[in-house]
Amino acid sequence: MAVVQQILFLITLIVAIFFIWKRIVRIKSNIQLGRQTPINGNKAARWRNVLLIAFGQKKMFKRIIPAFLHFWIYAGFIIINLEVLEFILDGVLGTHRLFAPLLGSFYPLLMNFFEFLAVAVLISCIVFLIRRNVLRVKRFWSAEMTSWPRLDGNLILVIEITLMLAILTMNASDQLLQLRNDHYAQTGRLFFSSFLMPLFDGLNTSTLIVLERSTWWFHIVGILGFALYVTYSKHLHIFLAFPNTYFSKLGPKGHIDNMPVVTNEVKSMLGLGATETPLGEPGRFGAKDINDLSRVNLMAAYACTECGRCTSECPANITGKKLSPRKVMMDTRDRMEEVGKSIASGGPGLQDGKSLLGDYITKEEINACTTCNACVEACPVLINPLDIILELRRYVAMEESGSPAQWNSMFQNIETNFAPWKFSASDRFNWANELKSKS
Amino acid sequence: MSEESNTVPTMAEMAAKNESPEILFWVGCAGSFDDRYKKVTIAFVKILNAVGIKFAVLGPEESCTGDPARRAGNEFLFQMQAMSNITVLNGYNIKKIVTACPHCFNTIKNEYPELGGNYEMVHHSTFLQQLIDEGRIKMKEGGAFKGKKITYHDSCYLGRANGVYEAPRKVLESLDADLVEMKRNRSTGLCCGGGGAQMWKEPEKGNKDINVERTEEALQTGATTVAVACPFCLTMMSDGVKNKEKENEVVVKDLAELIAESQGL
Ligand code: SF4
Ligand code: SF4
Repeated sequence: MAVVQQILFLITLIVAIFFIWKRIVRIKSNIQLGRQTPINGNKAARWRNVLLIAFGQKKMFKRIIPAFLHFWIYAGFIIINLEVLEFILDGVLGTHRLFAPLLGSFYPLLMNFFEFLAVAVLISCIVFLIRRNVLRVKRFWSAEMTSWPRLDGNLILVIEITLMLAILTMNASDQLLQLRNDHYAQTGRLFFSSFLMPLFDGLNTSTLIVLERSTWWFHIVGILGFALYVTYSKHLHIFLAFPNTYFSKLGPKGHIDNMPVVTNEVKSMLGLGATETPLGEPGRFGAKDINDLSRVNLMAAYACTECGRCTSECPANITGKKLSPRKVMMDTRDRMEEVGKSIASGGPGLQDGKSLLGDYITKEEINACTTCNACVEACPVLINPLDIILELRRYVAMEESGSPAQWNSMFQNIETNFAPWKFSASDRFNWANELKSKS
Repeated sequence: MSEESNTVPTMAEMAAKNESPEILFWVGCAGSFDDRYKKVTIAFVKILNAVGIKFAVLGPEESCTGDPARRAGNEFLFQMQAMSNITVLNGYNIKKIVTACPHCFNTIKNEYPELGGNYEMVHHSTFLQQLIDEGRIKMKEGGAFKGKKITYHDSCYLGRANGVYEAPRKVLESLDADLVEMKRNRSTGLCCGGGGAQMWKEPEKGNKDINVERTEEALQTGATTVAVACPFCLTMMSDGVKNKEKENEVVVKDLAELIAESQGL
């Protein structure tokens, strides 16, 4: 019987790893559709961001209630996963609570701590479900939160709740078995799950064994399934938040990335001599599709948790414009998935007649952005939706000359009058006349 | 201080006399052309004169930094502007620049270095604060602003973009005024709606204009003065106040104007 379980477990594990691996490869190649951009600057500052923002969740604590609840889920996730290690080893080796004899009296302590976290996760997830569905916190109901993103958010919470319930049930039945049969590794009384013991006390021993085994299986298969599900979900932020904070922009938020290709052209136009070595074919100016964006932008789209903090602070969105920085990230991701899927099945990929700009993100959206950086400031994982918006605007302005008419006149004014307004350059210093006439 | 003593030397004049200024005052397009905002330029020049700072302006040689072009996506135009400005500035061997416009400030400070323009860039809020701290601007006790409610509207390009949150507030506090904050302030301050080249076009369809949303928030504080530190904020907030038909009760003013007023300039 035990051997059968071991074989079954190995097969499950291998199948899960196979599918998860396939998704990792797909996501990686999707991100690699993007342009490679130099990641310069201070490594220490980048690691600092990983530690403070991703690991320390510094930005989350700007909103204290969700930060607190999220903290439990996050801590629970990381720490309870240590237990998954035991699960996997038990599964492979056919053992039961492998670490119990090794850790001695520390083991029950650890189990109690895990249970405490499990309960904290459970409660937090329930409160989150209430916030999303009963209190209907506004940022979870904006336009881009269509049925799938809403379901995704809820599914994750429900899965976590079920997994935690499975752990607690397993521990409760295990404790009963320990009482009845002393070849079970003794954990002593586990505080939280012991409350569930009366529920199962009436069951006979063989049913209890089945219950213990099935909750064990449920939990580990659930975790593996969850790991696979995560790769399709906004929940991928649990992994990608870390590299995302590492690669996020350093320096003042007001800085917009320079385009060296343009610098070269402008220099030669002004007769200043193109200093840098030719940069090869410049490709497109700005971005029309995902392959024009940087890999950092694309990874960010996978790291986005769809929390909507960006959108809830966006002045354009607040005042009813179509622009939503969260949607910019979701669209980028959806387009990547579409292209990746098409390439994998031998389809046209990027040449499918669609593009990020136009089919996903409209000009009306990007034109509404005030470049205020509120979204960048708000994002708990340091995503920069503004970067993508600006790249799209560059494409529209330089490749299509398709900017709003009023912007085109502004461009013209700068070209002819060296000011964005229609004033003559020779009048520029007239403001001082008032002072001069009095002197 | 008599108005007669106000001078506005240009760099060309200074260079001809083989002199160099302590600071270059970068006026900006709004500061040069916008009728309302020209008053801010003049207020700042008066302060510079009163304090006795050796400054110069580029005058007719100044041109748009290129900020709106870059933000609207026209990188060519931005770089053309940037490079010709850098040529002028480097030609005069400019070291330190002060400007009242956060957009010019941001562009010259953060975006010109990559194109060969390296200057010490100071926004007038920080500059004014330094002058007050150094005692070069002496604030009178119980001035005209004593006890008046003032709220400060953060400019995105000063605040979030460059982390300047406290200098403008310190300047206002020196007025002895009652500084009240809006709900969204500092890093969560709401944009006036004018940045990112929005100044030059109609807003997209929505259910409200951004400046109205922000003005409502400013009015809720009960302040009678909305202090700003940016030409676009000045326009947007003034329009917002008009939209709410409060222009008789609430004024929108730049920091430099408030300081100049308090000094009787
Ligand atoms: S930078 Fe643009 S997208 Fe981001 S919050 Fe401001 S207006 Fe919205
Ligand atoms: S971009 Fe950041 S703030 Fe916006 S939804 Fe994604 S994770 Fe949240």
